Amino acid sequence: MFGRGKKIEQSLTRTRRSFFGRISKLLGQDELDNEVWQELEELLIQADVGVATTIDLVQTVRDQAQSQGLEKAALVEEAVRQELLGMLGPGSTRPTYTQNGLWVILVVGVNGSGKTTSIAKLARYHQQQGRNVLLAAADTFRAAAVEQLKIWGQRLGADVVAHQPGADPAAVVYDAIQAGQARGADTLIVDTAGRLHTKYNLMQELAKIYRVIKKQIPEAPQETLLVLDATMGQNALSQARTFKEAVDVNGIFLAKLDGTAKGGIVFAIAAELGIPIRYVGTGEGLDDAAEFDVQEFVAGLFEESSHPTA
Amino acid sequence: MFEALTDKLQGTFEKLARKGRLTEDDVDEGLREVRIALLEADVNYKVVKDFVSRVRERALGAEVMRSLTPAQQVVNIVNEELIALLGKPSKMDLSGQPPHAVMLVGLQGSGKTTTAAKLALHLRKQGQRPLLVAADVRRPAAVEQLEILGKQMDLAVHGEGTSVPPPEICANALRRAKEAAYSVVIMDTQGRLHVDDQLMAELEQIKTRVSPAEILLVADAMTGQDAVTVAQEFHGRVGLTGLILTKMDGDARGGAALSMRSVTGVPIKFLGVGEKTGDLEDFHPDRLASRILGMGDVLTLIERAEEVFDHEHALKMEEKLRTATFTLEDFLDQLQQVKKMGPMSQVLDMIPGLSSLAAQIPQEITDQQLVKIEAMINSMTRAERQSPRIIGGSRKRRITRGSGTTVQELNQLLSQFRQIQKMMKQMSKGRIPDVLSMFR
Ligand SMILES: Nc1nc2c(ncn2[C@@H]2O[C@H](COP(=O)(O)OP(=O)(O)O)[C@@H](O)[C@H]2O)c(=O)[nH]1
Ligand SMILES: [Mg+2]
Repeated sequence: MFGRGKKIEQSLTRTRRSFFGRISKLLGQDELDNEVWQELEELLIQADVGVATTIDLVQTVRDQAQSQGLEKAALVEEAVRQELLGMLGPGSTRPTYTQNGLWVILVVGVNGSGKTTSIAKLARYHQQQGRNVLLAAADTFRAAAVEQLKIWGQRLGADVVAHQPGADPAAVVYDAIQAGQARGADTLIVDTAGRLHTKYNLMQELAKIYRVIKKQIPEAPQETLLVLDATMGQNALSQARTFKEAVDVNGIFLAKLDGTAKGGIVFAIAAELGIPIRYVGTGEGLDDAAEFDVQEFVAGLFEESSHPTA
Repeated sequence: MFEALTDKLQGTFEKLARKGRLTEDDVDEGLREVRIALLEADVNYKVVKDFVSRVRERALGAEVMRSLTPAQQVVNIVNEELIALLGKPSKMDLSGQPPHAVMLVGLQGSGKTTTAAKLALHLRKQGQRPLLVAADVRRPAAVEQLEILGKQMDLAVHGEGTSVPPPEICANALRRAKEAAYSVVIMDTQGRLHVDDQLMAELEQIKTRVSPAEILLVADAMTGQDAVTVAQEFHGRVGLTGLILTKMDGDARGGAALSMRSVTGVPIKFLGVGEKTGDLEDFHPDRLASRILGMGDVLTLIERAEEVFDHEHALKMEEKLRTATFTLEDFLDQLQQVKKMGPMSQVLDMIPGLSSLAAQIPQEITDQQLVKIEAMINSMTRAERQSPRIIGGSRKRRITRGSGTTVQELNQLLSQFRQIQKMMKQMSKGRIPDVLSMFR
């Protein structure tokens, strides 16, 4: 866990209390009436789980309750938990980082989702494991994006490979890989310009960056992370789909989980697209992040369930 | 998934109509579709609940129950109510004594800095003298970002580095504006969470120091259910005067606008539609309503086309779209224009839900195809061009001989043309066309 986990624990607990705590309370009720199902539906939708996913999930659990003769609301809890767990999949195991050779992380996402900040957190995480981290400033488009990454680089004591504003991002990445290999760096994290997934040309540009990486190191990028803002609603699913098509995203970094939004869209993303959630961001500081733990996350949803009065 | 609401409702009501008269339950079943459409668009659960019950009340009135087209009636009511709830477009209020302070506030990453620059440019076009203020001292390089944008557009930027407290910076900027006769002072504040008490208090301090004419919440069009909480908190703490919805150039349906508008009651003032500094648009409730309902955005499409087509052309196209009158002459003209407009995929980006299909569209109509089409249309009589229905076997032979093409090629053209006509009709009804089939 990054940053000794303090702040993360706190913010995740808050998530549980507000959202999952309510479900727990609800399911702690004795009678399984219509209201329980409606409330469950409301809670899931308000957490951005999405109307289709929610309706499916509630229906599945309702059918189970009927066929298995579950009468008490409390018994349904396990069923809901299993469904949610099932959607998130087995969870990703922590990757085994290469001992020699460059581990490349390509970070992508829409404008303002939290890419650059999350990169700084990831860099810290790798540094904590004794790895030598290099950053690539391939957002050559947004004003002062390079400066932003350089400031993080200074704070981290990590080198940043950068070109002039407006330069070809693929060329930056090419140079960064060369530099990383020459200097014997362990991890290279590539910052890219934010782009809406609907912009065809910009997605092509991203695909080109991906190809440039692959061409130099066939097994790279070992991680292609899509940074999603937990405040986002249903659009995140179409973002994930399109980014996955373009650059084969293999992990989600769910940023801004320190607010009141729940990021429930990740259930649909994991279930439909098979992309595991890898990290969560819980603040603006270097230590405000954690590895996403499927078991813990879903178990956390029901933490207060056996004590509905608590 | 992206079927227009009208289609879904049509299906529901057709099923019901077979039973004869519509009952209250039938209307409820139809309203279920409305509810789902709004939830899919990220309108907040509670806002949807209120909205649907209002629509229900009206729908149970005689107008729907007795109508021969109940689906259309319900859609009309939904649309009317949506437009009403979204409110009228509203200009910035700069009526008092200049300099007018304008505060941009919002969550992290919502687009405040870019919007500040866009707004300054917009106001300068209206004859104002804007001063931008770099009051985000926390996010690394936020000050530099605004300074670069200012330099690019030759706009004045007031910055004091990152060690002066933001309320101080804003107050100093206002003083400077008075001395140097700037008329509007646009303050780019740092992103903050609505639950961050300390940072929310800082906003209150800025407000006290600069007595702003406008406090605008800048929010991302992709925001989900939490939009209500965010808007409520910001409104409660500082009293918003307007909303700006950013990143509307994506395919988010933008239901958050409805949520935020309905909990705060403040008007939507602008929409951000791109990363460039000119990409700021006025808000049109009718367009946003149809976007939220997933009905595509014919009008924005036309406006976009206007940038490429010359103005007269665009007006003509709009007229044609509306009335669905469209001749082969227009068709040729359109093809030539569309070629100029760039890849079809960009045009499709404008239609929510179709952008994912955009990649599958051939990038352009080939020149060769165009030459043939041109030749065929030129070999037609005026009457034929205007009503291609009259083109029978003997006319076909004459046209193909005149243009050096085959009957097969002519048939293909005529069928493409019919497709387009159909598409125009659908678009004018606000339905999403099957554009893909057009170029097969
Ligand atoms: N509260 C909070 N803010 C974040 C988090 N991650 C990023 N941010 C903020 O979101 C804003 C945009 O982040 P940035 O990294 O520049 O986004 P990018 O445009 O995707 O690179 C900045 O103000 C960050 O400080 C997070 O986990 N929590
Ligand atoms: Mg960035």
